[in-house]
Amino acid sequence: MTDDTPQKVRFYQTGTHTVGNRLMDEAARTVQASPDRSNAITSGHRACQGCGEALGARYALDAAMRASGGRMVAVNATGCLEVFTTPSPESSWQIAWLHSVFGNAPAVATGVAAAMRMRGKTDVRVVAQGGDGGTTDIGFGCLSGMFERNDDVLYICYDNEAYMNTGVQRSSATPPAARTATTQAIGPHPGNIFGTGKNMPRIAMAHNIPYVATASVADLHDLEAKVTRAMSIGGARYIHIFVPCPLGWGSASHDTVKLARLAVESGLFPLFEAEHGEVTAVKKIRHQVPVEDYLRPQGRFRHLFREGHEDRPTIEAIQRMADANIRRYGLVEEDAA
Amino acid sequence: MNDHTLPFAITLDPGSSKQNHTGSWRSERPVYVDRLPPCNHQCPAGENIQGWLYHAESGDYAEAWRALMRDNPMPAVMGRVCYHTCETACNRGKLDEAVSIHSVERFLGDYAVEHGLTPPVDAPPSGKRVLVIGAGPSGLSAAYHLTRLGHAVTIREAGPMAGGMMRFGIPKYRLPREVLDAEIARILAMGVTLELNTKVEDIEAAFAEGFDAVFTAVGAHLAKRTEIPAHAAGRILDAVTLLQQVEMGEAPQLGRRVIVYGGGNTAMDVARTVRRMGADEAMIVYRRSRKEMPAHEFEAAEAEEEGVLIHWLRTIKGIEGADFTVEKMVVDADGRPQPTGETEVLEADTLVLALGQDVDTTFLTRVEGVQIAKDGVVSVDAHMMTGRPGLFAGGDMVPAERTVTVAIGHGKKAARNIDAWLRGGVADPAPKQELAAFENLNTWYYDDAPRSVQAQLSLIRRQSSFDEVVEGLTEETAQYEARRCMSCGNCFECDNCFGVCPDNAVIKLGPGNRFKIDYDYCKGCGICVAECPCGAIRMEPEVD
Repeated sequence: MTDDTPQKVRFYQTGTHTVGNRLMDEAARTVQASPDRSNAITSGHRACQGCGEALGARYALDAAMRASGGRMVAVNATGCLEVFTTPSPESSWQIAWLHSVFGNAPAVATGVAAAMRMRGKTDVRVVAQGGDGGTTDIGFGCLSGMFERNDDVLYICYDNEAYMNTGVQRSSATPPAARTATTQAIGPHPGNIFGTGKNMPRIAMAHNIPYVATASVADLHDLEAKVTRAMSIGGARYIHIFVPCPLGWGSASHDTVKLARLAVESGLFPLFEAEHGEVTAVKKIRHQVPVEDYLRPQGRFRHLFREGHEDRPTIEAIQRMADANIRRYGLVEEDAA
Repeated sequence: MNDHTLPFAITLDPGSSKQNHTGSWRSERPVYVDRLPPCNHQCPAGENIQGWLYHAESGDYAEAWRALMRDNPMPAVMGRVCYHTCETACNRGKLDEAVSIHSVERFLGDYAVEHGLTPPVDAPPSGKRVLVIGAGPSGLSAAYHLTRLGHAVTIREAGPMAGGMMRFGIPKYRLPREVLDAEIARILAMGVTLELNTKVEDIEAAFAEGFDAVFTAVGAHLAKRTEIPAHAAGRILDAVTLLQQVEMGEAPQLGRRVIVYGGGNTAMDVARTVRRMGADEAMIVYRRSRKEMPAHEFEAAEAEEEGVLIHWLRTIKGIEGADFTVEKMVVDADGRPQPTGETEVLEADTLVLALGQDVDTTFLTRVEGVQIAKDGVVSVDAHMMTGRPGLFAGGDMVPAERTVTVAIGHGKKAARNIDAWLRGGVADPAPKQELAAFENLNTWYYDDAPRSVQAQLSLIRRQSSFDEVVEGLTEETAQYEARRCMSCGNCFECDNCFGVCPDNAVIKLGPGNRFKIDYDYCKGCGICVAECPCGAIRMEPEVD
């Protein structure tokens, strides 16, 4: 996947993992390392301290802006991303940006793409974006239609695993055992139940669209490479970006990137790419960690770690989910396993 | 308000969110800091190791060497003979293996010699004259630093050659003499006057001669002795004399079997030297075990590789011709050797005593104010000055660990204090920054990169020649090794803070100028601190 793109030389001080590197050619550094990045969302926005979505959206859109040479329109579903960037009359957007309602961003994006085509502006690319609620629940039908028609739109979902802007209600992307306002940590099986919800990247793959990828705010090189790749092809494309939410998850604001990293390193959030329904590349885990490392710092899982009453069966059930991902995608190098 | 007509039902002009100063939400603020890397903290010569590795990483070896030379005038020597305690302190050791700092230092030292690089003299002439007594590492270091500070320096050396213990204590196979000569010549070329075979007997006379300050660093050359009942014993030598004779090409006949008595680095050096001089059996007799020996483990290991036989837990009780009666010892709970009464006999032609050295302080006894401590070393204050104003002392003759690196550090420290004293002040070094602990780092951002190994000379040649045992790094491996440095506590401009800020509140100031926080918009989330690989940002509470 990203192995052939970012750099050929290994830099042992910083590896391939920091945002920039003075020892590397400018071209090989990330878009975020450049003072000339678009800053799609500028300062002064009202996202909470340490917002993963504000970060993920800027990462993705700045990369898309570079890939399209600035010829790009972004369509936004209602959600945190809209609320914190665009309280009238203020806006944080420094790109061509269009508001839509909660459920129809994919359809609006389809319309924008059609309008550009009608006006002969075939170089203008269209990106649609929404949170997990707007994507996996409310906008699901429109999105499936956009995929099925193979409309020329890149749809990006910023997944923070619940409806955060309205008060942390459960969505179909909320993980098992997580406490939300609607899945309280009470009763014999506290938090969200096991066995429900939707795996949106795999649903997108089931549409056989040209490109599906997952990405994380903890791995910028990988994220930018995937956005750049998606922008280089036509038709319906989908990228699912994991964005921790300090408010909804009950985590420290400075742990946003760390939690995203632990989700990847534990196997709970696999990073992969798929083309036309087939997985084509996976990002291997560098330093595998137990799911406990990821769960413990989060308030939404605190009930699993009560002093003297650790909920081992539930923690082990979550570990089995991670192990299943590791097996399914081959996330651990054979010789390291 | 603009006077253009707004669309229907819109009452406010659109504006940028930048009018919203979200910095007011903050209760803590990120602040860029420079923490003290553990290697720098550890270095007895006070080198800014992380600082010079930074330049080596980008391939600017000349600049790296100049940064190194600010503290240490002899990198090629140091990269070979220093026991590199910096590497024990290196944070990378907690991740995979410590950075091989000494091998990069050696590479830079050799690079400078090869390319004829010279250090600058920073200060205008002060008109002051300083006498340095002793041309060992401490004296040479002091002369170098004093010259850079603008003073006229004369070194008087009792011996026939400069270098001190670097020449007469460290064997050639660890420090080739052309390396030593090149670095001494470079110091002399800066304008230092060297007077050889000139023993200073009278300090006050030197002051009367017109020197404004005197730095004495004569080292410790008097071999310690021990009482061994001997009847018709064979040849008995001391280690310092033997190494000196070898250096001068006057090596005595030692016979086929040699016993070296002692467990320090000098004992190892002598045994390895003796082996190279053709002795079939080079034995070390030491009264304690490997665990308690003062020698470094690698020295003992290399000696053993070369065929030196070490008899641990033995003392020599008596000598009868070629028969050495040794008593077996046991180490008690306090680490002290205790006799067992059991003896055995070893056969040898020559005994070399390597039991440590004392300082010859006779030339200082008449100087008023100078205090000689109980163990024969000279007392100095925090500014390296003796009780005689203007007389400074350093190196092996003052209380400290006796290594070349400590001596070179003393030379620098003395030079700065002499400079301050000559200018009528007191040296006031900047306060030390807080240590860059491993816990301050985010090591996820560093790639796994095993340490480069320095090749060694073949064992056959090690047993028969004085060729250098350990080989240097190539440019490629030196740069690889430099890039393993994690830059602990010091920004290396990786752009992480600039990238990970959800509020675009980090301003990139361009290459070499690092970053600054835009406090108008920084909400104080602390992600930049958590994701800084090297721990160069700290959260501080907002006070007002």
